[in-house]
Amino acid sequence: MPNFIRNPQDFWSGFIFLFVGLAAVLIGRDYAMGSAGRMGPAYFPTMLGALLSLIGAMSVARSMFRSGEAIGRIALKNLLLIIGAVILFGILVRGAGLVVAVIFLVMASGFASTKFKALPFLAVAIGLAVFSALVFVVALGLPMPVFGPWFGF
Amino acid sequence: MEILGYLSLGFDTALSLNNLLYCLIGVFLGTAIGVLPGLGPVATIAMLLPATFALPPISSLIMLSGIYYGAQYGGSTTAILVNLPGESSSVVTAIDGYQMARNGNAGKALATAGIGSFFAGTVATLLLALFAPPLAELALKFGPAEYFSLMVLGLVASVVLAHGSLLRAIGMIILGLLLGLVGTDVNSGTPRYTFDLPQLADGINFVVVAMGMFGLGEIIANLDHEETRSLLSMKVGRLMPDKDDLKRIVAPILRGTALGSMLGILPGGGAMLSSFAAYSIEKKISKNSAQFGKGAIEGVAAPESANNAGAQTSFIPMLTLGIPSNPVMALMIGAMIIQGIQPGPAVMTEQPALFWGIIASMWIGNFFLIVLNLPMIGLWVRMIMVPYHYLYPGILVFCAIGVFSLNNSEFDVFLMAGFGLFGYVCSKLKMEAAPMLLGFIIGPMMEEYLRRALLLSRSDPMVFLQRPISATMLILAALAMAVVLLPALRKKREEAFVE
Repeated sequence: MPNFIRNPQDFWSGFIFLFVGLAAVLIGRDYAMGSAGRMGPAYFPTMLGALLSLIGAMSVARSMFRSGEAIGRIALKNLLLIIGAVILFGILVRGAGLVVAVIFLVMASGFASTKFKALPFLAVAIGLAVFSALVFVVALGLPMPVFGPWFGF
Repeated sequence: MEILGYLSLGFDTALSLNNLLYCLIGVFLGTAIGVLPGLGPVATIAMLLPATFALPPISSLIMLSGIYYGAQYGGSTTAILVNLPGESSSVVTAIDGYQMARNGNAGKALATAGIGSFFAGTVATLLLALFAPPLAELALKFGPAEYFSLMVLGLVASVVLAHGSLLRAIGMIILGLLLGLVGTDVNSGTPRYTFDLPQLADGINFVVVAMGMFGLGEIIANLDHEETRSLLSMKVGRLMPDKDDLKRIVAPILRGTALGSMLGILPGGGAMLSSFAAYSIEKKISKNSAQFGKGAIEGVAAPESANNAGAQTSFIPMLTLGIPSNPVMALMIGAMIIQGIQPGPAVMTEQPALFWGIIASMWIGNFFLIVLNLPMIGLWVRMIMVPYHYLYPGILVFCAIGVFSLNNSEFDVFLMAGFGLFGYVCSKLKMEAAPMLLGFIIGPMMEEYLRRALLLSRSDPMVFLQRPISATMLILAALAMAVVLLPALRKKREEAFVE
């Protein structure tokens, strides 16, 4: 972190606002602007994007003058494991079915815990898989396969 | 009296066997999930929402209201027993409630919270019945300009009342408004910000946003400080407060109820602000103020009554104007839209059974809470004791299944993962998710009303100031903004949130 940034939270949140705001304005240029009386699809988002960029810029500017808290440690491993586990569920659920997807979701996300132990987690995973299959597919009738086509069902 | 007629219609609807059952299930499930540490009402409702899709509209909304009260009540239980407030409105309950529990008075604290909540709920239900009809009548006279200004006022109020950095809260609202615009523009049919993805053509589902930010984001953030909670040697102790205690809690409950009922109506107010304000007032005027922070029963009674009253009256703007005053109401509006009901003043005149049924069911839900929950405290304690490392994978499973089943689409699951990532970044940067969700729901409505207002005025922006109601609301918004920007008052606001 360069040392002229005295408030990293302000800096990075401002950066995000500025980025999204500018993106909204730039992408919005592809849509018709219209006029105030007959607003096109670009009108309102362009207004908002400009406002958001302004707020982002203010926040970035402020971060150099007023000092504030540092950003805490970022738990990259946990972040990747949890997000990855959810994405894995999305990939597996249709092809491999709910049971496999739930087991992978629980095992992968459980790995993020310092208390992870393979066997008890596997038991929890299987329990949850059976429970969800019974409740969501059998009882509530949600349209998802218990075992998917990848297993020849 | 008209109101009695309305209320009896409501109770007729809510007391049908089916609806009673759904209310009961809602309260039960809400409490069960709400007691789990780290899961507040927003995450609980978002998680359980898909379970209500198959129900008829009225049963679904009755069940959702039940889930809301249950989750809120469950949050208080966790706050008292393990000092872990699941949501911001039980933060202050944890202060004295947990100390009472440590002194062996957990039962009394829980019963006090229950009694206070029930009383406050009863009063707020009556207020709701009293104020909803005239407000809805007024709202029917609103034109697009009034609606737009009302939304501005609502959003400004939620910024003012948010804790943390003002600039970030405003940024989050605008970010939410922008996200709400993703999808096909209704007027022109142009797809906006969809990146040519057909899955985004209908916009982003609010459940995806809520679960990603409030569910996943929170879980990742919680894992940073895993297992710091210490459950007491779980002796709940005597449940009922004795005569002495009752004497001490009557006035705080009354004051809390009054305060909560008023603050709940404010946009952005709701349960959280009510409980903070009630606690600090009680601390100032109580004879036992020295005991506050060390287990004062007043410190549980006042905020718990206030937050329940506030929760209930926050339904008023949602039901009568169709405008959410907090993220929970934003979810309720989303749920209504899914059920094919356009929230707004017309609901009351066109679907009186639905409208009054929801109101009556709130009272019934509160009643269920107190008669069911206190005897079942043993079960809730056992739920709380499930270790977090077994709990969060389960929460993830429910979030993933729920989101997938919205549209039977894995894309939504991936999108939720994205919002989870963003939610974690937000929690690291102290950017609040609540204003974003509010903006997200309001975004499309706000654009629509702005368009219509300016179309009618032939693009003259003065229309917002020429119409008296609209002007009043904008002036109030400007005043509110000015007030928080004044340094002296700003310091006071920070103090209020530090407690």
